[in-house]
Amino acid sequence: MAKIIKNQAVVNDDWSLLQLAEGEDAQHVAIPVGKLLVPLAVWKARHDELLQRKHHGDDLGVWLAPEDDPAAIAGDLAHFAVIGVMFPVFRDGRGYSTAMLLRSRYGYRGELRAIGDVLRDQLFYMQRVGFDAFAIRADRSAEDALAGLSDFSEVYQASWNQPQPLFRRRAA
Amino acid sequence: MYKYDDYDRRIVRERVAQFRDQTRRYLAGELKDEEFRPLRLQNGLYIQRHAPMFRIAVPYGLLSSAQLRQLALVARKYDRGYGHFSTRTNLQLNWPELKNVPDMLELLADVEMHAIQTSGNCIRNTTTDPLAGVAAGEVADPRPWAEILRQWSTFHPEFAWLPRKYKVAFTATEADAANVRIHDMAFSLRRDADGNLGFRVWAGGGLGRTPILAQVVREFLPWQHLLSYSEAILRTYNRYGRRDNPFKARIKILVKALGVEEFSRQVEAEWAHLKDGPSTLTEAEVNRISAHFTAPNYEILPAKDVQFEIHKRDDANFAKWLEHNVHAHKVPGYAAVTLSLKPHDRAPGDITSKQMEFVADLAERFGFGEVRVTQQQNLLLPDVRLNDLYLLWSEAGGQSLTTPTVGLITDITCCPGGDFCDLANARSIPIASGIQAKFSDLALAEEVGELKLNISGCMNACGHHHVGHIGVLGVDKNDQEFYQLTLGGAWGIEAALGKVIGPSFAAADVPGAVERMVAHYLAIRQPGERFIDTYRRVGMEGFKARAYEGVNTVASKEAANG
Repeated sequence: MAKIIKNQAVVNDDWSLLQLAEGEDAQHVAIPVGKLLVPLAVWKARHDELLQRKHHGDDLGVWLAPEDDPAAIAGDLAHFAVIGVMFPVFRDGRGYSTAMLLRSRYGYRGELRAIGDVLRDQLFYMQRVGFDAFAIRADRSAEDALAGLSDFSEVYQASWNQPQPLFRRRAA
Repeated sequence: MYKYDDYDRRIVRERVAQFRDQTRRYLAGELKDEEFRPLRLQNGLYIQRHAPMFRIAVPYGLLSSAQLRQLALVARKYDRGYGHFSTRTNLQLNWPELKNVPDMLELLADVEMHAIQTSGNCIRNTTTDPLAGVAAGEVADPRPWAEILRQWSTFHPEFAWLPRKYKVAFTATEADAANVRIHDMAFSLRRDADGNLGFRVWAGGGLGRTPILAQVVREFLPWQHLLSYSEAILRTYNRYGRRDNPFKARIKILVKALGVEEFSRQVEAEWAHLKDGPSTLTEAEVNRISAHFTAPNYEILPAKDVQFEIHKRDDANFAKWLEHNVHAHKVPGYAAVTLSLKPHDRAPGDITSKQMEFVADLAERFGFGEVRVTQQQNLLLPDVRLNDLYLLWSEAGGQSLTTPTVGLITDITCCPGGDFCDLANARSIPIASGIQAKFSDLALAEEVGELKLNISGCMNACGHHHVGHIGVLGVDKNDQEFYQLTLGGAWGIEAALGKVIGPSFAAADVPGAVERMVAHYLAIRQPGERFIDTYRRVGMEGFKARAYEGVNTVASKEAANG
């Protein structure tokens, strides 16, 4: 079973990730059993089927690609036990804004998981914008990566995990 | 100037520890090149032609004498005893070793300095007017705002992985010595009809391959909203800026593609969610920061100093220096002094450790221990008593810091170019020295008057060639160095982008082409006209004809190829 970092600890994870392969489309892709993160397109195309499945006990999650607008699922958040945000390459920073919006604008309170090219040296920023779970890239150790969550003990800006900027706390 | 408190110190120390560990893991093979690359860039470290190049942040160009001494020490201990001040007012060292960089950062942290975000696709060092706080006619001191933005942009979690680099500037005077329109985002301090302080907000400027001047996104933003509005602009850019092509990834391309009205509309829509949130600045915080930038203890001095006037009358060389390198100060009896880093036998912006230490001493003896770095790659002492100017000039001359050419054609702004920089297509320093040689007679340079000449060794435009009255750009054609000339660029309030005059020149032909264009100006100018004014009046054709006179270049071949 894969290991992920969740709530600052390494834990076993039994979710699987559905990705559309070349030539597959959201309408027809086979949906496996078990806890499943589906792409936004599949959620949109197979909404009823997925809810039915959830009703029968298979936990449901959705994942967003960098170009996906989180507003597209703003009304659906209650259905998801996990929302994944994909980093196809760690240098693509759009997922940070996606996370901030899901947390601060749309009020998502469930598990927010960074997936894809997720590496130790990006975790500190990721946790600041609201990620609480990190599926570390398969060739790297989640145990090693854990240290990345505590690179800094103080921060200047307001963000999700510290809504008060330092200047308001300094003044206090 | 701003003094760190325990929070600031802790954050910078933790950064050093973080980078030390990243460097260790890279050298141990635990981090791949492509994983380490952006991490080292965000600590100012490039891998260059000869060695890594290390860029140390000088936030808004402000240095204490202690910091300058420490830079001298770092350059001596870990490099070759000199550095290069860049057009972003940072200090670059060309020969450090990667394994030493964490120790260098440690030494910098000792004097409240760092190399955070001096490169990489993130928010870079914020710049402002080198005369901030001493210039007459300032709306307000821009430095506290630059410091507030520095803190906010330091390790901003949402904006550390932008599509491309992001440069910010503040200006507080009409003339705009900070040159705000070449920045990705900029703020001009202003007051509304009721006298409330705020900013005109600009976005979408930048040089590089596609130079564009910033446009106004908002005419007036009350000061309280500086950070939340910045967040709205940056989020819009982070989400919608192009990432498919690094040459089209700056915010300028997004603003241009959307049109500034639509871009502003999107920013305003985003800001509606952020306005009045926790990032809204408080008076307490602005006061806390501003307290670091209060006026020093100026003496009450007469506006005229007799001894000074006598020296000025009797020593023509001193008078020349005063005319070009000394600037008006808002306090009677004081002046601001540019220490030129443009002697003709050195690369523009280069400074030795010995000179740094000397300048640090000067700043303490003839000022309040503060030095500024300018976008034109000189140093500036902001608070010198008129009475001290002669002694200062006499001593600084011995360190080659009094070349009396500030603002003249030989005060060339120039990137390190192909001699050092791995990105460069061509060398820029030999071109600078070739042009300086043509105008080494001060009387000639003075006759020519105000003329900004900027040289970049490649399209990245670190030498800001687009905004030089004359710009020189190094290009590579079949592994040979050639140079494009541009005319008509300008800075600040009169900001404009230069236009390429035609096919490129071989290196040996550039100084002559510049010389002939300047001769053309001298021949046709009307009384009171600067080079740029004449160019604007008559256009390019006459200048172009002179530039190509007798030049046998790739011109004909290029013209044939379109």
